[in-house]
Amino acid sequence: MSGQNGISRRAALVKIGILLNGIVGTALAVPIVRYFLSPIIRERKMEYGSWLSVGGLEQFPAGQTRLATYKNPVVNSWDGKTGDIACWVRNVDGQTFQVFAINCAHLGCPVRWFAQSNLFMCPCHGGAYYQDGSRASGPPERGLFQYSYKVEGGKLLIKAGEMPTPGQPVANKTGGKMTCA
Amino acid sequence: MRLIQKVGQWFDLRLQLGTTIRETAEHPVPRETASWFYVFGSAALTCFILQVVTGILLALIYVPSVGEAWNSLQTLNHGVSLGWFIRALHGWGSNFMVAIVLIHMVQVFLFGAYKFPRELTWIVGILLLLVTLGMAFTGQVLRFDQDAYWGLGIGASIASRVPVIGPWAVNLMLGGPIIAGATLSRFFALHVFVIPGLLIAFVGVHLLMVLKLGINEWPMPGRIVRRATYLQEYHELTHRDGVPFVPNAVWKDIFFSGFILVAIAVCAIHFGPFGPSGQPDPTIIQTAPRPDLFFLWLYALLSFLPPSAETPILLIGPAIGIIALLALPFVAGEGEKSWRRRPIAVLTILLVAVGLGTLTHLAEHTPWSPVMDAWSSQPIPAEFLHGRTALERHGALVFQAKQCHNCHSLDDKGGQRGPALDTVALRLTEDQLIRQVIQGGGNMPAYGKNLTPAETTALVAFLETLHPAKQKPARNAAQAVALDPNEVSPR
Repeated sequence: MSGQNGISRRAALVKIGILLNGIVGTALAVPIVRYFLSPIIRERKMEYGSWLSVGGLEQFPAGQTRLATYKNPVVNSWDGKTGDIACWVRNVDGQTFQVFAINCAHLGCPVRWFAQSNLFMCPCHGGAYYQDGSRASGPPERGLFQYSYKVEGGKLLIKAGEMPTPGQPVANKTGGKMTCA
Repeated sequence: MRLIQKVGQWFDLRLQLGTTIRETAEHPVPRETASWFYVFGSAALTCFILQVVTGILLALIYVPSVGEAWNSLQTLNHGVSLGWFIRALHGWGSNFMVAIVLIHMVQVFLFGAYKFPRELTWIVGILLLLVTLGMAFTGQVLRFDQDAYWGLGIGASIASRVPVIGPWAVNLMLGGPIIAGATLSRFFALHVFVIPGLLIAFVGVHLLMVLKLGINEWPMPGRIVRRATYLQEYHELTHRDGVPFVPNAVWKDIFFSGFILVAIAVCAIHFGPFGPSGQPDPTIIQTAPRPDLFFLWLYALLSFLPPSAETPILLIGPAIGIIALLALPFVAGEGEKSWRRRPIAVLTILLVAVGLGTLTHLAEHTPWSPVMDAWSSQPIPAEFLHGRTALERHGALVFQAKQCHNCHSLDDKGGQRGPALDTVALRLTEDQLIRQVIQGGGNMPAYGKNLTPAETTALVAFLETLHPAKQKPARNAAQAVALDPNEVSPR
């Protein structure tokens, strides 16, 4: 065998070796990427929205807005308190309700209810909302996020499980209306 | 002494590093660069080493679990001997590191060090700035308290505004649909493995290039950088008039690094560790989350941007800023290095510094936020109530009870969201006051549905009294004429 042939044979072996590693690498990349994207592939389809109880109707007197909490449907044992989420429940007239996300529609800070002036105010950047959740003033572009609700067996249920954010489609569909300041 | 020499020789025969180290240490640098202006890079590296050491020490106790992180921080603060000091060193080390990286960047920019052939050194430097800020943000999340929890919510809200992929970006950032255990775990992985790995790699490349290309010479007005001749000129400069890096230049680096370490330790002892603030329980909503020092300017900016412009500016602004920084050496790779001949560069630095400084200062006072408890904790000063009618005093009561005080100040007490009302009667007539209260506008909610007519009347009667004793309140002259042609003076 000539030297030249030997070199070309080894060069070919190197190329085949690299190709082999490329194939194996690609094959391994599929499960790695799949694992990395698991928060948006598997769970997203299943339990991101479930009907959850925020308590009995007796906790929400007609004409008032009260703080309520619910347990997030997907929780692990090491999640601590973060599975307990707060929301504002407004009993409009004894039959109709409005359930607002605690998160300001601007950047997600917790809004507080002021019953005396019938306003929600945000401590972060000064957003304010009327009692029906519509925007009153400040940087928010829209009203408070609202959960869908239903009454079952004397309990108020809301459809929740995902943190509402300005870009989330579900929140946009059920969200409060825009008003002129 | 001979023993040390023998051991040294034993190792050097096997490692073969002695010559390289000696050549590196003694490589010639331009004489003027042995200056106090050239110490910030090494000081940043010193800070990073301190962060690595204190970070590992904290990891001995810290539990990266949403349920336990806050408790483990309390244990570090109170239960472990000098745990508070290590936390304080890590926290203050972080602030010093960001500050020194920024100062280093300003110095490099003003000295024209990003020009040929050091373009890549500058670009890697920009990456180092970004990963340093990444460490600061992820570190703030690991201090898993109320600020961290709601800060993550703010991050998620910003990420969600990216067109098309926004909602998926949120889920990927949080590791699920809400802020929970998976969120902290991935920020722990970023803060402890991913970003430090990048940082070490970038620091290595950055330092290697500084050694290979030589430190930037002191910029002289009129000494122009040209690609064709620069390398030759720099070589002549260092070999004709150079001094060895060790010891001529390095002693200043060593002194300054030592000074910085002392400063960090003094801050750590005097001010103590950062937080943790309240427990990360999302049902506790009596909180006003604030970011750490180096993100306060962003916090302020987000309050001032008009709603319609916020999303585009938030998403496009940083990209433009980073691209501009990366493109700088390609746009201005040649030419004048001295800041004395680069007025636009100096003005840019001043503008950015004043802008960031102002926003940071504002964020420390948050004049845009309502003072949530002003209505119940800050009474109306007595001089605004003295000698008033019953109706006017009732109006003052409405002012408190309807939380007007949360956004409007009287005698500098109360919120600053809206204008101070000490002299509002000089600015607005009675009719204008009624309209403003009922319809709102100009960033004020409308109170038409929340006030009875009697309450509105009383409130406006009170507001009408808010003018200096020697100045008369505003009035609508046309109205006075229309109602009574003989009586044109105000009531």
